[in-house]
Parts: sequence; structure tokens; C-alpha cells
Amino acid sequence: MLTETPQAEELGAKAIIAPYSKVGEDAQAGRTSDVEVISISDAPWVDHVYRIHTERDQTAFRELFNHFAPRVKAFLMRSGASEALAEECTQEVMATLWNKSHLFNPERASVATWIFTIARNRKIDALRKQRRPEPEDLTWGPEAEPDQADVMVLQQECSRLSAAVKSLPDKQRELIERAFFSDLSHSEIAAQTGLPLGTIKSRIRLALERLRRDMK
Amino acid sequence: MSVRHQVTDNVLTAYAAGNLPEAFNLVVASHVSLCDEARVRLEAMEAVGGAVLDDLDGEEMSYGSFEATMRLISERPKEAIKTEAVRKTCAVLPAPLMDYVGGDVASINWRPLGMGTKQAILKSSGEANVRLLFIPAGAEMPDHGHHGTEMTLVLQGAFIDGDDRFARGDIEIANEELEHTPIADIGEDCICLTATNAPLKFNGLLPRIAQPFLRI
Repeated sequence: MLTETPQAEELGAKAIIAPYSKVGEDAQAGRTSDVEVISISDAPWVDHVYRIHTERDQTAFRELFNHFAPRVKAFLMRSGASEALAEECTQEVMATLWNKSHLFNPERASVATWIFTIARNRKIDALRKQRRPEPEDLTWGPEAEPDQADVMVLQQECSRLSAAVKSLPDKQRELIERAFFSDLSHSEIAAQTGLPLGTIKSRIRLALERLRRDMK
Repeated sequence: MSVRHQVTDNVLTAYAAGNLPEAFNLVVASHVSLCDEARVRLEAMEAVGGAVLDDLDGEEMSYGSFEATMRLISERPKEAIKTEAVRKTCAVLPAPLMDYVGGDVASINWRPLGMGTKQAILKSSGEANVRLLFIPAGAEMPDHGHHGTEMTLVLQGAFIDGDDRFARGDIEIANEELEHTPIADIGEDCICLTATNAPLKFNGLLPRIAQPFLRI
């Protein structure tokens, strides 16, 4: 429902997401009614990637770099890289982010998730020295424009997931971190972690269905 | 598409984290290409990876790291402009497999194993090996004496293993304790992608991954 006097952050958030949609203004106005409360924190960094893509905005890139580069470096070091190798690979990961900013799809992933996949692939390449077979890409063919409301809900769900990860009991969080950041047993990772993955799955499913439909 | 036998959560988590040997990565990437539900589960697992990355305490970047990254970007301007060529598709082989075969199903370099059965070993890292198998309709799968974990994905036709039938897109995960003699379904010649731990190079990780599956 649209509130009578939209909150400033609500408008701000619209401005963040709007560039990803090519639908007309009327349609956009109609779509916003699907989303009750929107805040910028629900779609962190999405606008930064958009500004890097469209304007080659170095300020946006620097902010993104300051937040993510140290985390990517920590991820690589915890995966067994030396400090020097981790530094080098992190720079490459961030350069990839700049170069491939047009490939980011906010309907299917948060910026943190996208960067995680780039860093993971760099880890396989540089640390394990292997090729990384990737699933067939679904984005070729007619280009599908993300649905604004779907983008918003997925980004909100990713924020919820982040909050859930932060609030996990230490032991459980440690298990999940070990699954991602070191080469340890994965059978210990229970399928039921209490993480809110259900909604994320259904949003990704919707996005894939739309993509399949658009490809026909 | 009705894929009935999906990859287990443990294997999917290891794939999302980038901790599987290349041979198994290829099987999972091919499976995900054929199964939207597995793709949804994979992307949800990657969302967890993103959330955990975002939650990490960062490692300090070197002095001048941002500037070095900008130099990296300016030295490789072509990557940004490079557009992906439209990929060829094949009714049997998903894209990641076409990369390994070097073309479509006609490009597979089959070697006869007798009784009409054929195999083509694909190049991958030493920890595990991966091959394509061709089994004539109604014939038994050859005894390939696997050690450790074996992961089989059906690409064409189907095979019967005990009470289970595995068709295109289905994946079977087994270890050496499981005595089985899969038989190709009578309807059509069967083509499978099979990855096993290389003999004598026992990897402690994979048997543990398969355990929950085998307890079922």
C-alpha cells in the first residue's frame, strides 16, 4: 500500500531500483503499491553497482571497495592464501566487479552474494589451480529486464538473511563459516540452520521462470 | 522438466563454496544446467555465502591498493567491452560439458569398452576423474570399480538401479559400499556423465559428503 506521504527513504529507494527497470513511469507507479515499506538499507550497494555500470563512477567504486575488499581478502586468507596472494587476488576480484558490473542481476542476488561468487571463482582459479565449470548461463538470448518489485523483495530477503546469519549462535555460525571458508566436512552443515532461505528460493524461482518465459 | 533425483545439500554447499574437485564440479554444473530447482537451491546457498562474507571481519588492504586496482582496470579495458558470443547449444550436452568436450555430442571422442559400450575420459584435475559413458539400451553399465564417491548424471535415455529410475537431469551419488549394477533403460541408448575419486588418491572429504545420502 502506498502511504499518503511517502517517506524520504522510500523515495530514495525507488530512485535506487528504478534504473534497473525499463517499464514506463505509470507501470512503475503501479508496481510500488506492491511494496509497503522500502528503505535504502534493504538494497545495500545495488545503486553503487548501477552507478559503476552506467557512469563509471569512481566514488561509488571506492565506497564499495572500502567495504568489500577487506572482506574478500579475509575470505581468501581463510581459504589458505598468503597475505600477498590474497591482496593480489582481491584487487583482481574488485577489477572484475568493475568490468562486469553490467552482468549483475539484482533480481537474483545481493551485491554481497555476487562478489562472493566472483571471489570464490578466483579462489578456485588461483588457489586450487583448477577450471571452474559454471552452470549454463540463462541470461543470453533476449535480455530480460528485472522486475522492480521482485528486485526489492529479493534484496530485502537477502538483508534478512544477513541479519539472521549475524544473530546465529556462535557454534552454528562457525559451522556455516567453515563450510564456505575452509575445506572441511560439509556433512556437519545441517540443512536446517534456521536461516530464512524459503522466501529467497521462491523469489529466485520466480526470476528464473520469468527468464525462461522471456527466452521463448 | 521433471528432474526427480537432485543433488544433495551437502554436495551443493561444497559446490557453492568452491570446495569440490573439478570432476565433481563439472557434474554439479551440468546437473544445475538441467534442473531449475537445483539452480534455485544453489543460488540460495550462494546467498548464504554472500551473507557470511559480509559478516566477516576484514583484513586490512595494502597501502595504495585502490589505486593499484584502478591501474589494473585501465590496463585491461578490453574485458569491459567484450560481449559474449551467442553460444551453440546441444540437445544432449549442457554448456559446461560442451566446453570440456569441445563441441556437441558428435565431437565426443568415444573409445569402445566392448558390447557396444563406450567411454570418453574428460580432462580434469587429478583429485578425481570424469568420463562420459555410452550404454546401449537394455545393457548393463560396465564395472568401473570406483573407489570413494561416484556421481552419475544422466544426459540421454535412462538407467534403472534397483527400484530407482534415473532419467535426463537426474543425479545418483554412490560410494564403494553400495553394490549396484545399473542397467540402461530399454527405450533409448543411455549417455551419462560419471565422476569418481581417482583410485589411490583417497580424498576424505567426499565420502563424508555422501554419507547422509547413503543413510536414506
